Amino acid sequence: MNARRVRRRVVNGMMTGLVGVLSFLAVLALVLILGNLVVKGGSSLDWNFFVKNPVPAGESGGGVANAIVGTGIIVGLACLIGLPVGIGAGLYLAEFGSGRLGWIVRFVADVLNGTPSIVVGIFAWTWLVKPMGHFSALAGSVALAILMVPMLARTTEEMVRLVPHSLREAALALGYPRWRTSLRIVARTALAGIVTSSLVGVARIAGGLVLLLAVAARSAIRQGPPHGAAR
Amino acid sequence: MAPPADARLQLEAVRLTALYGRRAVVKDVSLLFPAHTVTAVIGPSGCGKSTFLRCLNRMHELSEGGWVTGRVLLDGDDIYADMVDPVQLRRRVGMVFQRPTPFPTMSIYDNVAAGLRVNGHRCPADVDAAVERALKRAALWDEVKDRLRRSALALSGGQQQRLCIARALAPEPEVLLLDEPTASLDPAGTQRIEELCHELKTNYTIVIVTHNLQQAARVSDYTAFFYLSDLVEVGRTEVLFTTPTQERTEAYITGRFG
Ligand SMILES: Nc1ncnc2c1ncn2[C@@H]1O[C@H](COP(=O)(O)OP(=O)(O)OP(=O)(O)O)[C@@H](O)[C@H]1O
Ligand SMILES: [Mg+2]
Repeated sequence: MNARRVRRRVVNGMMTGLVGVLSFLAVLALVLILGNLVVKGGSSLDWNFFVKNPVPAGESGGGVANAIVGTGIIVGLACLIGLPVGIGAGLYLAEFGSGRLGWIVRFVADVLNGTPSIVVGIFAWTWLVKPMGHFSALAGSVALAILMVPMLARTTEEMVRLVPHSLREAALALGYPRWRTSLRIVARTALAGIVTSSLVGVARIAGGLVLLLAVAARSAIRQGPPHGAAR
Repeated sequence: MAPPADARLQLEAVRLTALYGRRAVVKDVSLLFPAHTVTAVIGPSGCGKSTFLRCLNRMHELSEGGWVTGRVLLDGDDIYADMVDPVQLRRRVGMVFQRPTPFPTMSIYDNVAAGLRVNGHRCPADVDAAVERALKRAALWDEVKDRLRRSALALSGGQQQRLCIARALAPEPEVLLLDEPTASLDPAGTQRIEELCHELKTNYTIVIVTHNLQQAARVSDYTAFFYLSDLVEVGRTEVLFTTPTQERTEAYITGRFG
């Protein structure tokens, strides 16, 4: 009896310790990287870094103001286009997407999700940059929105599906029309999840700015389609 | 509102069959619910009581694979007719589900007001009054009057169920469908709901599903006994409980099976 209790306690202690060590290891890498960044780079972080434009390589001073503003504009515009479309599509898939059209939308979203971002970049270059004759923030935003929509649609769908069916029925039994049930009851219940997936979506496209080399950045590539250039 | 004298509010199922895919779980049921009466639906678990109830406000067709044949007449008109809008119908036929389903993002007040607002009642004073009346009828007012703006999820299971009853009462439907409304309530709450049934039948027609035979005997004017998808017997409650005509009914109410 007693031996079993001791054994149980020892195993418990060992496992707790093991999990603790593993968590520590996982966090350690992050802490080291961030620490290194702050220690080495902190000194050059001052107000000027944020409000000044870059100076030619080799000279000292200057900042990344244009990059910050540019990122803000492009990502902001992409959100403006991508969030409503993505969330709307997700809501549609979860609430009404059991038919054929839902299957098609889901399939397209999955294919788009697996498309490398450079392909989307080339698409935007062909259909926006070339006809307009110049690189632009709008073209960049459209490209990013295209990246964002399928992912957002699928994650929103998952979140909305988590809302219990009984809640929909309760609203419908009160005389809520279908669309109002979806918006007022279901979407609001899933709101926290939808916000989270939106943030993840924004973070992903902000990271995916690389493809803008193809569409928005003038200096990176001047001529020709960006086939070989990026990546 | 004075109780109408005619046979308005009368509900009648005519040869109603409810199916999930190809499986019929309610078979060929014809049943009349006279106006201003309480009808209890009893029967063993899984015999199709909830499904039958859900056919009466066209909720069954919302289930995966759910469909219906036959007719349901409300005030003489078939609710399954083409020009009937199920959304409008459900505002006339209120329902309380077997398990409490408060809207988690809404406050207690907003939960009760939800059905009113979707019906177009916007005047704040009217809504206030209706919410208070509904909560009082559902015997919840005293417990929540100080925290109407708090989340409905902060209530206990039994309180949530009474909240759902209040939510169904607030828009004043003509027919009320109650699916085991007292399953999660204590004796005092149960008694309050039973009194409520007596009170409400002057204005409404009520159908109540229950596993509690004493409750059926206490609250209802008529009792319908379902067994394995079939309506076995229906009659005045005191008759059905004392001199059932069917052997299966007698076996069930004397506790020999089910
Ligand atoms: N969504 C569904 N899909 C398929 N079959 C279902 C579904 N819901 C219920 N059923 C089946 O329909 C039959 C009747 O179910 P119902 O919920 O009406 O029973 P009930 O009489 O209300 O039982 P209880 O007293 O346990 O609530 C059961 O055999 C059940 O398995
Ligand atoms: Mg049931």
